Amino acid sequence: MISALIGLPLFGAALLLLGGRRTNAWGHYFAVAMSSSAFVVGVTQFIALLGKPAEERHIHQHLFDWISVGSFNVPFGLHLDQLSVVFVLLITGVGSLIHVYSIGYMAHDENRRRFFGYLNLFVAAMLLLVLADNYLLLYVGWEGVGLASYLLISFYQHKPSAAVAGKKAFVVNRVGDVGLSVAIMLMFVTFKDVTFSGVSEHAQHASGQSLTLIGLALLLAACGKSAQFPLQSWLLDAMEGPTPVSALIHAATMVTAGVYLIVRAHAIFDLSETARTAVVVIGAITLLLGAFIGTAKDDIKKGLAGSTMSQIGYMILAAGLGPVGYVFAIFHLLTHGMFKAGLFLGAGSVMHGMEDDVNMRNYGALRGAMKITYITFGLGFLAIIGIPPFAGFWSKDEIIHAAFSQNLVVGLATLLGAGVTAFYMTRMMAMTFFGESRWKKGVHPHESPLVMTAPMIILAIGSVFGGLALKFLGDIELWLEPVVGVAAPKDPASNAVLIPVTLTVVLLGAGYGWLKYAKTPVPSVAPENVSLLTRAARADAYGDALNEAVFMRPGQYLTRALVWFDSRAVDGLVGGVGATVGGLSARLRRTQNGLVRSYALTMVGGAVLIALVLLLVRL
Amino acid sequence: MNPNNYLVLAGILFTIGAFGVLVRRNAIIVFMSVEMMLNAANLAFVAASHITGTLDGQVAAFFVMVVAAAEVVVGLAIIVVIFRTRRSASIDEASLLKY
Repeated sequence: MISALIGLPLFGAALLLLGGRRTNAWGHYFAVAMSSSAFVVGVTQFIALLGKPAEERHIHQHLFDWISVGSFNVPFGLHLDQLSVVFVLLITGVGSLIHVYSIGYMAHDENRRRFFGYLNLFVAAMLLLVLADNYLLLYVGWEGVGLASYLLISFYQHKPSAAVAGKKAFVVNRVGDVGLSVAIMLMFVTFKDVTFSGVSEHAQHASGQSLTLIGLALLLAACGKSAQFPLQSWLLDAMEGPTPVSALIHAATMVTAGVYLIVRAHAIFDLSETARTAVVVIGAITLLLGAFIGTAKDDIKKGLAGSTMSQIGYMILAAGLGPVGYVFAIFHLLTHGMFKAGLFLGAGSVMHGMEDDVNMRNYGALRGAMKITYITFGLGFLAIIGIPPFAGFWSKDEIIHAAFSQNLVVGLATLLGAGVTAFYMTRMMAMTFFGESRWKKGVHPHESPLVMTAPMIILAIGSVFGGLALKFLGDIELWLEPVVGVAAPKDPASNAVLIPVTLTVVLLGAGYGWLKYAKTPVPSVAPENVSLLTRAARADAYGDALNEAVFMRPGQYLTRALVWFDSRAVDGLVGGVGATVGGLSARLRRTQNGLVRSYALTMVGGAVLIALVLLLVRL
Repeated sequence: MNPNNYLVLAGILFTIGAFGVLVRRNAIIVFMSVEMMLNAANLAFVAASHITGTLDGQVAAFFVMVVAAAEVVVGLAIIVVIFRTRRSASIDEASLLKY
């Protein structure tokens, strides 16, 4: 039954991509049907799990033996447990909503069928990633989502910028993928096993050094897929893809795969303090860096992309805190999946009404023209900045609390991040929906059709009640306990202090943003004369410049030197031998002069020489 | 008579033949010189056969004669054809087959 989860969208993708133009007319409905039926299957499996006692809440399905070499055996097995089922519900649920939204968003695109084929392919690959019962099979899903992401980022392939962005995402992701493959090889060497259960079991007896190495390699993999520092640069460019793709892949699901990986491999991180510290540091750097970038972007999608980086930084940081944080990393991942997908769909709706303009300086005062978008985006906004009782508050507060319980500096970083988040989201909200209208001539903003607003409304409801539901109704801590272990208890008294402090910081950030972007008019052209910090944030904190200086240029010099060596030394040697032989034979050829008598002389000379030699040798 | 003299005579005949091949231009003369070398070799074979008292040398001489007869047929035919087309029997002029 679990295999149907992957099979349905995979069948949809195959039919749409192989069926060609014949499926144009009904392909998008079929894709929606496949994705939604996967969601229905997911819900039935979830209910089946609910019916069991907590310790037995897992379903395992062994499809076939995939790789079997001597004692090394990798099964093609699927494993549904408390952790993967929440991912399944998120992927298929948000995925189906975004499929529906895309019917409206891509209505006028002539390649709509291809788009839906790729979307289904993505859902199938992502489900394989979270359902695999071993790291090698997870790697297949990992690469599958990378492929789907590449295809969808460069979907508008006639635009050079989109093609380049897709390539960039692909290349940067490769760096992280190397980390994952190294981690799997190390697991094989250390444990002789790559299944989740086997690795968790053997990890207890492995040396600390090899565990740290595996942990760091896994962290590198997570950095690539989840756009964490120092592999963050691809996510901002990935916004070249259609907006539903940004919402599904680059906000709600795929980019959180790194968090899933770390939580799934918690047996390794539990035992390696060094690897966990590295994870926390990376998470803290990224959450501040992403928020910092988000403050200066005028492109609404890039602003949200910076915000995604920052929020995933929170999750990674929480996962790095160890048993105290795993469950909250997943908690924040789920709430973030809802409100960030909603925000992205809202941004798409705004773009839809503004002739695909993404520059917020050309927006303003849209709350009248787009009421539903305004309200749903506003609810997402309240959720992300963490106003109680909206979804983001519950998950983010837990992470801040956990961070303070472990380390003061890390705690302060999360607190500062919350303030900056409030600032940039308020800025986005104010520039888009409030203030004076700065619309370009001929642009008539209008509300999107129901097929687009309905998913936004559902996600907005999730942004409002998702956190409450998961915390109190579902009790996510208790639910995930069998998989990630008991969350270490925190001092409830400190939370009573922390919540008001966090809220104050958030309100300060939001208030400053409101003063600066709603109360004062926003210039329709980005001011040139700005501080160095603003300039750095506009240039994505010089991530690209750094990559260019540190990796691209030396790489170019290296290849140039190698090409020079190849053409001069290697080719020179080979060519020189050939030329020498050629020249020599051209001269030797002259002895073939056609005169019979000279040949005869040569023969006689040779015979005499042989005779002389024979005589001499005998004597 | 000392049978070694036959060998000396064979050497002299062979040398004359070799020089004839090297220095003469007329194809017929060159051809005759080749024949002289072959017959010098035959003489040496027969003499050696006499010296050792076996028949091996005489058998070899017969082989050489047969080969020489075949060679004469082919060689003369070629010379005749060349002479007919080029009106010349000089072997230096027939030097087209070269580099």
